[in-house]
Amino acid sequence: MEGVFKWRKPLLPGFGITLGFTVLYLSLVVLIPLSALFLVTARSGWEGFLAAVATPRVTAACRLTFGASFAAAGINAVCGFVVAWSLVRYRFPGRRLVDALIDLPFALPTAVSGIALTALHAPGGWIGRPLAALGIQSAFTPLGVVVALTFIGLPFVVRTVQPALVDLPREVEEAAASLGAGRRQVFRRLILPAVGPSLLTGFSLAFARALGEYGSVIFIAGNLPNRTEIAPLLIVTKLEQYDYPGACALAVLLLLASFVLLLIINLIQRWARRRAGGEV
Amino acid sequence: MSTLRIPRLRSTPLEARPVISESSGVRRLLVGASLAFLLLFLFLPLLAVFASALGKGVSAYLATFSQPDTRAAIRLTLVATAWAVPLNLGFGLAAAWSVAKFHFPGKSLLVTLIDLPLAISPVVSGLVYILVYGLHGWLGSWLAGHGVKVIFATPGIVMVTVFVTVPYVARELIPLMQAQGTEDEEAALTLGAGGWQTFFRVTLPSVRWALLYGVTLCTARAMGEFGAVSVVSGHIRGRTNTMALQVEILYNEYQHVGAFTVASLLAGLALVSLAVKTYIEWRGTHQPEVGS
Repeated sequence: MEGVFKWRKPLLPGFGITLGFTVLYLSLVVLIPLSALFLVTARSGWEGFLAAVATPRVTAACRLTFGASFAAAGINAVCGFVVAWSLVRYRFPGRRLVDALIDLPFALPTAVSGIALTALHAPGGWIGRPLAALGIQSAFTPLGVVVALTFIGLPFVVRTVQPALVDLPREVEEAAASLGAGRRQVFRRLILPAVGPSLLTGFSLAFARALGEYGSVIFIAGNLPNRTEIAPLLIVTKLEQYDYPGACALAVLLLLASFVLLLIINLIQRWARRRAGGEV
Repeated sequence: MSTLRIPRLRSTPLEARPVISESSGVRRLLVGASLAFLLLFLFLPLLAVFASALGKGVSAYLATFSQPDTRAAIRLTLVATAWAVPLNLGFGLAAAWSVAKFHFPGKSLLVTLIDLPLAISPVVSGLVYILVYGLHGWLGSWLAGHGVKVIFATPGIVMVTVFVTVPYVARELIPLMQAQGTEDEEAALTLGAGGWQTFFRVTLPSVRWALLYGVTLCTARAMGEFGAVSVVSGHIRGRTNTMALQVEILYNEYQHVGAFTVASLLAGLALVSLAVKTYIEWRGTHQPEVGS
């Protein structure tokens, strides 16, 4: 290594041992198991992959997973923005407690969220009963999947938008107002562009999380093949039937999707940082 | 190659300073809409857990904890957590030391790899361990020949719990230690302190809150992990069930009070972890010398 890179002897000790341990640990725990996934998928070849993925049941599961995740992330983008706005800008009783509880969906085990949401939305539940009176059934329908995914994605948008709202330069807003801009104009021309990247980041994070979600969904979904079966559950089903190539193909699909989203998130962040650097 | 990172999410210190404010009608509307949304999606689910757990009275609630299966599930959860947290704490410290204090090629790739488990569906995490250690997997038959059972046994549950909690401590330590630089450690070494002494007396105290923060998140996730553990557990009652899996089993057997009782214990732990996390964040914003 010394020959290739310009090597300044580090002053601190322990470089070799800590880096060695880090690389070994990551290889054993993360890299080797993950490479197994890609090797098994590669072994069945491109045709095998397509054959495993292009079945009606898999496409239905993927359509539900992607559609419901997108819908849930969208609901969170709108409602999460309003929540973040209210928390940052207004004072109301219980504000700090509400703020602390926003992270609950991260802290609560997914199985717990799953049975709690199902109990609420079941036909006799606190939310299910009034909804039924309106002719809407949420539990055991695709709507239930959206409900569960909205729950687990809730903190992402709130937590990404909050700091952006705090950082808004109030002077600019005041200046715009004093120059005669209406609130609506200030919101559309000043606030939304400033908060936009954070909102997009939060949306993408919520979307990515929802794609892989399992525990909170399987109780409320009803899990009917082709109708309310999500892709992660189908992976489990295929595993239980010892259809390893099928499970792996679907897993690779999910993994690629979340990798693309991760890439997008990082591009948004870089773009936002560059813009902030250019302005300030 | 540049780093791919999953942004860390933090609560933001709330300060009441609305300079330009909307009319009180708009304000009330927005706060009302926020609270209605949170009521439906946050407060009611939390309330439902405790209400359903205590729905048949305290004695039914407590009876669940005297079931041997539930006790075994609690024990297994503690075992998995007791492995995952110290291992990932050690890993987090080693990774942060090497990444934050030294320059080396491939660093951004390494940092990306550390975040990777967060981007993977829990189900896929379980699946990859079956591919390696399952009976049809790479090492499965060899291990079985030596009488070692990983999948559908405690080792598998411990391993996937370690996998899903890899990033939590490292993610907190790396940015903070990078921001702190190496001057303090170099000064200590110049003054004659040994390597370990420098680490324990200089580095560790300066990152202790970030460390506690990471350990809190790591513990909460380890205790509550469901999807990944579910895939490798095999659901053998009293043997390979963690608390989260016990919730599922009891629920599917229509023992709703039992399911919600175990769930309420997990929810209580989640609330404790939120309280610790909030306290550390509050401390970080009120005591500027402690890194955030």
